[in-house]
Amino acid sequence: MWRLQLIRKPWRCFSTSAGVRRWFDSVGPAAKDPLQAVTEAFNSDPFPQKINLGLGAYRDEQGKPLVLQCVQQAEEKIRGCNLLDSVSAPVASATLVEECVKLVYGRSVNVVKEKRFAGVPALSGTGACRLFAEFQRNFFPESAIYLPDPTWTNHHNIWANAHVPVRTFHYYHPHLRGLDFAALIDDVKNAPDGSFFLLHPCAHNPTGIDPTEDQWSEISNLFKMKNHFPFFDMAYQGLATGDVDKDASSIRIFLEDGHLIGCAQSFTKTMGLFGHRTGCLSLLCADRDQAVRVKSQLQRIAGAIYGSPPVHGIVLLSTILGDQALKSIWFKEVKAMASRIQSMRAKLRERLELTGSSLNWEHITKQVGMFWFPGLTPEQVDRLAKEFHVYMTPDGRMSMAGVTTSNVRYLANAVHEVTKCR
Amino acid sequence: WLAQQATHHRLRTNRLSPPFHSSLLLYSSHLPIQAAENSSSSIAISPNTVESRHFSPLSRSHQAKGFPGTSCSHRAASPALRNLIFPSSLCFQMASSVISAAASASPSACPVTDLLKGKAKLGSGNVGSLFIKDKGNPFLNSKSCGRITMAVAVNVSRFEAITMAPPDPILGVSEAFKADNDEKKLNLGVGAYRTEELQPYVLDVVKKAENLMLERGENKEYLPIEGLAAFNKATAELLFGADSPVISEQRVATIQGLSGTGSLRLAAVLIERYFPGAKVLISSPTWGNHKNIFNDARVPWSEYRYYDPKTVGLDFEGMIEDIKAAPEGSFVLLHGCAHNPTGIDPTPEQWEKIADVIQEKNHIPFFDVAYQGFASGSLDQDAASVRLFAARGMEIFVAQSYSKNLGLYSERIGAINVVCSSSDTAARVKSQLKRIARPMYSNPPIHGARIVANVVGDPALFGEWKAEMEMMAGRIKGVRQKLYDSLTSKDKSGKDWSFILKQIGMFSFTGLNKIQSDNMTNKWHVYMTKDGRISLAGLNLAKCEYLADAIIDSYHNVS
Repeated sequence: MWRLQLIRKPWRCFSTSAGVRRWFDSVGPAAKDPLQAVTEAFNSDPFPQKINLGLGAYRDEQGKPLVLQCVQQAEEKIRGCNLLDSVSAPVASATLVEECVKLVYGRSVNVVKEKRFAGVPALSGTGACRLFAEFQRNFFPESAIYLPDPTWTNHHNIWANAHVPVRTFHYYHPHLRGLDFAALIDDVKNAPDGSFFLLHPCAHNPTGIDPTEDQWSEISNLFKMKNHFPFFDMAYQGLATGDVDKDASSIRIFLEDGHLIGCAQSFTKTMGLFGHRTGCLSLLCADRDQAVRVKSQLQRIAGAIYGSPPVHGIVLLSTILGDQALKSIWFKEVKAMASRIQSMRAKLRERLELTGSSLNWEHITKQVGMFWFPGLTPEQVDRLAKEFHVYMTPDGRMSMAGVTTSNVRYLANAVHEVTKCR
Repeated sequence: WLAQQATHHRLRTNRLSPPFHSSLLLYSSHLPIQAAENSSSSIAISPNTVESRHFSPLSRSHQAKGFPGTSCSHRAASPALRNLIFPSSLCFQMASSVISAAASASPSACPVTDLLKGKAKLGSGNVGSLFIKDKGNPFLNSKSCGRITMAVAVNVSRFEAITMAPPDPILGVSEAFKADNDEKKLNLGVGAYRTEELQPYVLDVVKKAENLMLERGENKEYLPIEGLAAFNKATAELLFGADSPVISEQRVATIQGLSGTGSLRLAAVLIERYFPGAKVLISSPTWGNHKNIFNDARVPWSEYRYYDPKTVGLDFEGMIEDIKAAPEGSFVLLHGCAHNPTGIDPTPEQWEKIADVIQEKNHIPFFDVAYQGFASGSLDQDAASVRLFAARGMEIFVAQSYSKNLGLYSERIGAINVVCSSSDTAARVKSQLKRIARPMYSNPPIHGARIVANVVGDPALFGEWKAEMEMMAGRIKGVRQKLYDSLTSKDKSGKDWSFILKQIGMFSFTGLNKIQSDNMTNKWHVYMTKDGRISLAGLNLAKCEYLADAIIDSYHNVS
């Protein structure tokens, strides 16, 4: 039996006076996440006509977040289900992976039929990318990742935090407001053979500019010659053109060309499952045995980051994708979301042209997906926020999903005002 | 032959161009030379000739970039590429067989998929047919096969060298259990609560909370990076006590994490970033995943003595010695209650002494609290160790999990709390934790957080939860008692089995060694981990006598 004298020593009182080591004095404040900063600024703005175009989250005609029908029905379906039994979670995970893989690669390709893929559910797109970045660091420690310039800002953080060096390749041509294809090809060629590239298969974030099918074919060809590894970050399948297969056509080109690709899939925007963190990471492999081994490594890496992925989102997603009826409802709903965004693009362009602006607004309807990238200067972005209460990310990226018929005219006028003295 | 290639080879639109022809010529012209010189282990290929011509300024117009396979197979000699594509042996095998096969020219169809599946034997000459003018050449006839086969040396997966990850030992136990058909079998490997009927248990309050949530029809928008505010508030108050100064002085940085694992990982990254070189001291033994988390986060760790097999109890002196011996400013990982895997917790007096030593050495206490409320049945009692340290004004890390106490295993809900010396520091630390979370998963999952917030936020539900925790902890205490009673009545040797009662929580270290544990499984169909750990959660009253027989037999008759 331990018998200790409980002596009252001065530093046992809870005041934080001398004698208590202060460990965190050197911890500085982190810069605010730009997106969260935008949201906070928007929230604290009292102006009644304020518009939030920062977050890439779909809003309906009333500017409200949308819970999709297919999701509501899936919630009802799984209500009361015991998600704790040892069977449901693994089964749901397996279904999720299979359905995700079929969705993005196509159900009839050999690699899917022969199960030559290593797939795991992931914490949405971020989690899938991070898992791949950690995998890359573990098994290809000398490699770097090539990101398009520009890209989603978090891509840089993800690979940097995984201690994988980041390089960029040309993508956006500021004067053309289009793809700088020549420079892109150059960069792909000049990269060392066997480099890892991150590609946006559709609805590039933030520019909305996608290569044409011919351009994709050429990129794929060049990748073959250089033996580069194509890693796709698929966050908008269905939301770009309204057609899930069309939105995956770039990936299908690479597949046909025989590339063994990697793909991160997110359903946060296309299915409105934001808070559930559901997605998938898949890597195509040479054969089934290899797929089993690679999967085991992905699971091991995930095990030391968060254990296993959250079950609710997994069951929801696998229920929706695994049920023909629910899946058809989803296809219709995502098409409707894409159509609304496309019609907002058209309206915005029309409104801007009506303002008598001398600038060319063609790119609004040429760009694809959720974002409009008008190429504004930081000063213009600032003016839009301060004078017109229109909020967007610092690079001038605007989420078209936040545009409605009731605010499109105001938005057009505001943009015209800040751009007209150019 | 080239003309034939050009016309028959159906690539996607307008792919053929002079570079294609010339590179093909180059490639084929190299083959005889290589075949002659080639030995199995090295291919002396001069990269210059092929590459420089191949990569001559290609027009910017949309023309084919030529022979996909050329550059890479010839560059296979380059070390960097070799490492990246596939291991050298395979690389050279592939390349050499391609080349030698080309020389031998035996016409037969060989799709690349066969090659990758190993059906085509390397060096058998099948592959070579791909490059030889031949009407039967599949390359010429099929579009996609052609593109793939030309790039056969390129397209072998770069994952060839990746081996199977080590199997999870606990998963292995469950799987072996499933495969066993004996009706007396008992699964004591499971780390999740089971009812008396040995079924998984969804807490009533969780069902009620979920119904509430469904009725409210809440949207599924992103949580902020730090998680659900209501959850963060509730979890810190549960842990430290709502009236604790650390709460009122706002000195705790709390962010929602993915259960205990995710919270530990966030802390590990913070440690690596702001305390470079600092070590984490972990108990010997500890939960298996602790080491994985710190390894992957590149935080060095070492062990302090904890389990004493002689007493089947705590090696307190060893623990104190090892903590004292560690370099100043180390992190000491402590299990708040219900130590996993031993079930052995320090007494309150021992906790005081541990706190003394940690303060003396300017170490930082790092608590892993996975069983608050689940161990004794009382949330406050199970948090006593953490509160003791907080009351001393120390700066502390605490990871929490709601997997066991709310049965939310697969929802992944937990939190990382960092107690700081001031509210300003806490704000800064919180901002850095967010910065770590964003490139890991952006924002945490919503469902589990909402459940916890709803249960804790509603007085009626909160009361019911406490009752359910008491019930779960009570059932475990009940089986401990019955097991102890069975052991003492059946075992005539006079061995002291009281450690079963002294240990607490889901797990117990029986003191059985590996061979004895194997006997438990092989002879008695009792599944447990090799370190002698049993999970009381998988035991019910009905099976206590049987288990006692098994333990007695294994302890006395096997060595």
